[in-house]
Amino acid sequence: MGNSSSHLSKQLINEYQELTYLTKQEIILAYKRFSEVAQKDNRSNIESLRIPKERFLNLPELKANPFNDRICTVFSTSEQEDGSMSFEDFLDMLSAFSESATLEVKSHYAFRIFDFDGDGALNESDLEHLVNKLTGDKDDTKLSNSEMRQLIANILEESDIDKDGTINHSEFQHVISRSPDFISSFKIML
Amino acid sequence: MDSGQRLPMAHRFPDSPSSDGDNDVFLPDGSPAPVSEFLQELPSYQSLLRRKTSYYGTIERRRSTRQLKGSLSVDPSTFEPASEVMMTKPLRECALSMQEKRKLRDMQKLCSQYITGWSQWKQSSWNSCRKFKEDMAEFFCHLTLWRGNIHNIEGKFGTGIGSYFSFLRFLVILNFVMFLLMFCFTTLPVAISKQGAFNSSNIIPSLADSECTYYSPGGYGLLYFYSNIIDLLSGTGFLELTYLFYGYYTIETVTFYVFNYSLPLAYVLVTISCLLLSIAWIVKRAVNGFKQSLVHDEDKFQSYCNKIFAGWDFCITDQYSASLKHSSLQYELKTDLAEERIRQRKQKRTRGETFRIYFFRFLLNIIVIGVLAGSFYAIYRATVYSLENSNTVSGSNADPINLLVEYLPSIVITIANIVTPLIFESIVRYEDYSPAFEIRFTLIRCVFVRLASIAVLLISLWTRITSCQNQTCNLCGYNYKMYPCWESRVGQEMYKLMIFDFLIIVALTLFVEFPRKLMVTYWSSKLVQWWGQQEFEIPQNVLEIVYGQTICWIGIFYSPLLPAIATVKYFIIFYIKKVSLIENCRPSTRPFRASSSNFFFQVILLIGLVLACIPVGFGIAYIPASKACGLFVNFTTSWEIIPTVVKTFPNGLQKFIYVIASESFAVPFFLLSCLVMFYFIALAGAHKKVVEQLQEQLAMESRDKLFLIRRLTEVHHIKV
Repeated sequence: MGNSSSHLSKQLINEYQELTYLTKQEIILAYKRFSEVAQKDNRSNIESLRIPKERFLNLPELKANPFNDRICTVFSTSEQEDGSMSFEDFLDMLSAFSESATLEVKSHYAFRIFDFDGDGALNESDLEHLVNKLTGDKDDTKLSNSEMRQLIANILEESDIDKDGTINHSEFQHVISRSPDFISSFKIML
Repeated sequence: MDSGQRLPMAHRFPDSPSSDGDNDVFLPDGSPAPVSEFLQELPSYQSLLRRKTSYYGTIERRRSTRQLKGSLSVDPSTFEPASEVMMTKPLRECALSMQEKRKLRDMQKLCSQYITGWSQWKQSSWNSCRKFKEDMAEFFCHLTLWRGNIHNIEGKFGTGIGSYFSFLRFLVILNFVMFLLMFCFTTLPVAISKQGAFNSSNIIPSLADSECTYYSPGGYGLLYFYSNIIDLLSGTGFLELTYLFYGYYTIETVTFYVFNYSLPLAYVLVTISCLLLSIAWIVKRAVNGFKQSLVHDEDKFQSYCNKIFAGWDFCITDQYSASLKHSSLQYELKTDLAEERIRQRKQKRTRGETFRIYFFRFLLNIIVIGVLAGSFYAIYRATVYSLENSNTVSGSNADPINLLVEYLPSIVITIANIVTPLIFESIVRYEDYSPAFEIRFTLIRCVFVRLASIAVLLISLWTRITSCQNQTCNLCGYNYKMYPCWESRVGQEMYKLMIFDFLIIVALTLFVEFPRKLMVTYWSSKLVQWWGQQEFEIPQNVLEIVYGQTICWIGIFYSPLLPAIATVKYFIIFYIKKVSLIENCRPSTRPFRASSSNFFFQVILLIGLVLACIPVGFGIAYIPASKACGLFVNFTTSWEIIPTVVKTFPNGLQKFIYVIASESFAVPFFLLSCLVMFYFIALAGAHKKVVEQLQEQLAMESRDKLFLIRRLTEVHHIKV
């Protein structure tokens, strides 16, 4: 555990600055937080380290978030599909959720996060799943069946342009571009 | 072809809410129909695969390459546009993982070797320019005031309340900039020349009439200590003849070596430029929110998509706030759905019921107008009484009763501002509007009360200043007996309003909010628990600070250092509100949208600013400047200095300015701007029609596609 492993090289920081929306301070802070979460394993090579999903979800920024599971699944590039996050996945996540990310990037990732079954479209079960996550995902906080039907009908009426019963990527982007609150609420800062 | 594989997305039709026969492509038992190979050749499916290949990660990647191998013909021409776009976009805008972005960058580098030297240089210079801009932005970001504080507040209470504190920060900075402007251009030259550093000439009143020029504020000699405190609170006495008020500025020109600096001209110009700067800055901040609400109508703020897709505030880090947010979202969704059901029921209202509702609303509006008229009359009487009965002779200043009389207008205005919102909130419940409209309507009424009460105060001031009881005001143009230096008097009134507003905010926080929290925590009586812990009411708080800022803008001409007081006041209020929020308030159960709140703050502020410009303009251009004090004793009105200066310009420039200010320029200019506006309105209407037509066409194309697919599948089955 030499001293060199506890700092990112300047070249790497510049590369990350170019490839993400994060500033230098944010990258260094992210590195610090990532090392803290991974404290038990050896820190010799941070790039190849993967934190398992359960430990990663203990981050305070993600703990209270109902979508933390989906976030890990979407941003993880692990070969074993287990949702484990490397440092670069973490940076990708912070970049997509940063203040300077464009609307296209945010809406792209939001679409993938809300697509619970991963089929490339938001169908009724995805929307139902989404609403349940928003209201608390417990039996006593769920909306009643008729309310859920009414709500999903309203959502599809507003956003489903080609009336095929699902919201595809471009329809989602269109409805997000007209949503005034999306940019300010789709934000995570360390 | 294994039947277990997933169907291409465009061809799956689960039960849609408006299900009709067109959507039943599948066999009744629900199993996916066998996919014909030709379906995979559709261009839309191919582009989806390509997107899936690069965007969706390893799993789908492996599966979709298998599918790609199965397809027969791939249209090469559709490949080009997608990859070209990827080559020219900056890397961070591609929604890919880090490894894929690195590969893309290497590919870009390879391609860039083949472009000419000129475009290479262009690209590299563009890149370094962008990097420089980012470094500058990062540097300025560090200088942002209170960044960590606002971030903490957002984490616990959400972005709605966070935006209130950003708004407060904006006001602190705006007031500080205005103070710097006023200070550098007016106070500093006067202070320097009073020390004798440069040659300066004092104002020499040219009027032979000595009655108008008699002005002696008191405040010298030995006085009781507490009279100093009273002077500090009311702006009289020793404070009256200081840099704080207009009356102290008596230097006419300051000679900096060769340059003659005319102080009256600077005074008027700096005031006007402060107001213009405020307008420009607020409009710039409001532009984003304005664009959004111009695009869709009112109802879209209640749009379900906005609530669902942008409903969760990803900033929230606190478990307790998160559970509160869950319940507030659930509450909001339930009420919206219920409201929609009510609305559908309302449309079936009978004629008699509608007539009754409108009659009721008419009655209640009359009551509202009555309440407003009553409070305005009270403010008017209080102002008149205070102006008549407050003695500005120094001896009687030691009387605390006198202080109360001086503060009477402020007290009445504050009472009106506290009581009328409560009345409005209870009245609007009987008017049977939709809940969202109720909130907005009450807010509009409260804004009206706040800003109109300042207007009433100013009108009563104006009538007192320009009306003389028995004799005519022709001698000096204003009531010189009561107000020898009326500008300082107006400045004092604004100063008192500002101080009192600050004291009320502090007092309310200390003596109402903290005890309420203590009571709710330690005393478990039913009544107290029903009163409950308070929430941070954003609209009322915003109205409070906008009211304070409007007073500052009105007073800026009469009291040049007022922005400095406003800066300090808002600085302290930030910390007071923050502490009160964290200690006393719980997160609101009724959500207040961040976007609409930003736009709402800026609009209210803009209304206050426009309202403030009117009395300032009036005071500069119509009311005769006082002859006993100040910079404009030799002019009829303060504005007159500008034509006087213009007359000293070279002839050509003079003519040009006269032409611009004349009617023969203004009327055609006005007509031209009307024409441009009508053109844009017509353009927007045409675009809206085109959008509707395109939407219809898209839905129709989709139905055609479904129909064709179904027929083709049938034909394929028959063949097989």
